[in-house]
Amino acid sequence: MQIFPCPFCGPRNETEFHFAGELGKVRPATDEKIAAQDWATYLYAQRNDKGLVREVWIHLTCSELFVMERDSETMKVLGSRSLREDAQ
Amino acid sequence: MTRYSAFNLLREGLRGHTGWGKAWRSPAPKSSYDAVIIGAGGHGLATAYYLAKNHGLTNVAVLEKGWLGGGNTGRNTTVIRSNYFYPESAALYDLSVRLYENLSRDLNYNVMFSQRGMVVTAHSDPEMEMAARQVNAMRLNGVDAELLDRDQVRKLAPLLNFRPDMRAPIHGGVLQPRAGTGRHDAVAWGYARAADALGVDIIQNCEVQDFIMEAGRCVGVHTSQGDIRAGVVGAAVAGHSSVIAKMARYDLPITSYALQAFVSEPLKPVLDTVVLCPPFGTYVSQSDKGGLVIGGGLDRIPSYGQRGNLPVQETVLAGLVEMMPALASVKLLRHWAGIVDVTPDSSPIIGPSGVDGLYLNCGWGTGGFKAIPAGGYLFAHVLATGSHHEISRPFDRSRFVTGHLIDEGAASGIAH
Repeated sequence: MQIFPCPFCGPRNETEFHFAGELGKVRPATDEKIAAQDWATYLYAQRNDKGLVREVWIHLTCSELFVMERDSETMKVLGSRSLREDAQ
Repeated sequence: MTRYSAFNLLREGLRGHTGWGKAWRSPAPKSSYDAVIIGAGGHGLATAYYLAKNHGLTNVAVLEKGWLGGGNTGRNTTVIRSNYFYPESAALYDLSVRLYENLSRDLNYNVMFSQRGMVVTAHSDPEMEMAARQVNAMRLNGVDAELLDRDQVRKLAPLLNFRPDMRAPIHGGVLQPRAGTGRHDAVAWGYARAADALGVDIIQNCEVQDFIMEAGRCVGVHTSQGDIRAGVVGAAVAGHSSVIAKMARYDLPITSYALQAFVSEPLKPVLDTVVLCPPFGTYVSQSDKGGLVIGGGLDRIPSYGQRGNLPVQETVLAGLVEMMPALASVKLLRHWAGIVDVTPDSSPIIGPSGVDGLYLNCGWGTGGFKAIPAGGYLFAHVLATGSHHEISRPFDRSRFVTGHLIDEGAASGIAH
C-alpha cells in the first residue's frame, strides 16, 4: 500500500483517495457561443504527462479536494496542499 | 528466410538444427523511407506487414526504442474476442478475429490461436436480461453468440462457484464460441518475420526523440540512431501515445494507466475456456503450459510505471477466489503490469493526428492484443492511402469534437 498525504488529515492509505483530474483546466465561459473544438478540448484533452505531474485529488473520507504533486513514472509523492493554498 | 514446414523440420532435425537462420534481419537504418512506423509491438509490426502485403509498400521501417514485442504485446493476457455491442466495434473486432483465424497460415508462423470460447457470467435476473440483449446485439452484428443458462455454464466451467451461499450466484452467461487465446509473443514474432521477409526494416534500440517538421508537415524523425526521413509517419506506441503527442504538439484524449496481470504455477488441465465474472472484474484462462492467466481491471492511479499496485492485486485475486474457490491455494508464479492508453469512450483512435504527415493508432485501452491484426490492417490502409477504411472511419479522433462517441465501456460493460 502506498501512503498519500491529505493536507487536512495527514498521511493515509491510498485506497482512501480518488484521482479527480489534471490541475488548471478552465471551463469555457457559457455566456456566449462556444466552438465545438473548444468544448472538446476542455472535456477530453489530457496532458497525461510522464514524470512530474500536478493533479487534483479527492480524499474520500473527508471529501476535500486538494492538489497533489507526484512523479507519474516512479509514483513518488512530492507533496500536497489545499486548493486555496495552491491558488495563492 | 527458411519456410517452416513439416519437411523442413524433419530435414533440420536430421542435421542438428544448424540451417534455420535468423527469423529477421537487424539492419542499420537508412536515411529515408516511404513510411516509418514508431513502435515494434503487435500493431506496428502488423501495420508494416499489411503495408507490404496489401499495398505493395516495402520501403518501410519499424522503429522500436526497446526490443521487439517488449511492451504491451508481451504483457497482456492473450484473450482474443469480439463480444462488443455497437456495430462499429463489432465490425472492427470481428475483422480482427477473422484475420486471427487464418493468421498462422498467412504468416507461416504458429500463433497458437485456440478458439476455446469465452463465457461472461450473469449473476441475477436483470443481468440475464442484459445478457440476452448482448447476445441479440452481437448476432445482429454478425458475430457468434449464445445465451447460456446456469447448467450450461456449469458444464463449460465446472470449476466456477455454484455453491448456494455464493455472494453473487451464477444465473447463466453469454458465450462467444469463436473467442479464445493466442500466443502473444508469437504474434509479434510472426508479424516481424513475415514483414522482414517482404523487405521491411525492423530497427530495435532506436528511440524517437523528436519529429522533423518542414512547413508544418512531419517529414521524418530524429532518433537515437540518427535522423530518418519519411514519406509518412505512423505512431503505434500504446501507453506512450501522449509522450509522442507532446513532441508533435497535438492534443490527445488519453490517460495512461497500469494494467496488471498474473500467472500461477502450472497445473493439470482445469479450465478449457476463458471465463469473466463481471461482479468481481476478474477473468481467467489456462495457458498451454498449464499456468492460470489472470487479469482484472485497471489500476486506480494514472501511471507510466510498468508495475502494479497492491489494492488492485487484492481485488483481482479476491475475485478469483470467490469465482473459483478451489484455486485459493494455488501459488502465483509472477505478476506484471503494462501501461495502457485509456480514452473517454473506451474505443481506439485510428487516423490523422492533426499534424500533416503523422497518423495515429492508439487508445486501445486494455484490449489492444485482440485487435492487432485489424489495427495493423486498417492503419496500413490509412498510411498507404491517406484516407480511412470504412471500418476505421468511426474511430477517427474527430468523434470527440462531433460527439459521435462509441462508448463500449458503458454499452458492453467491458472496462477498457
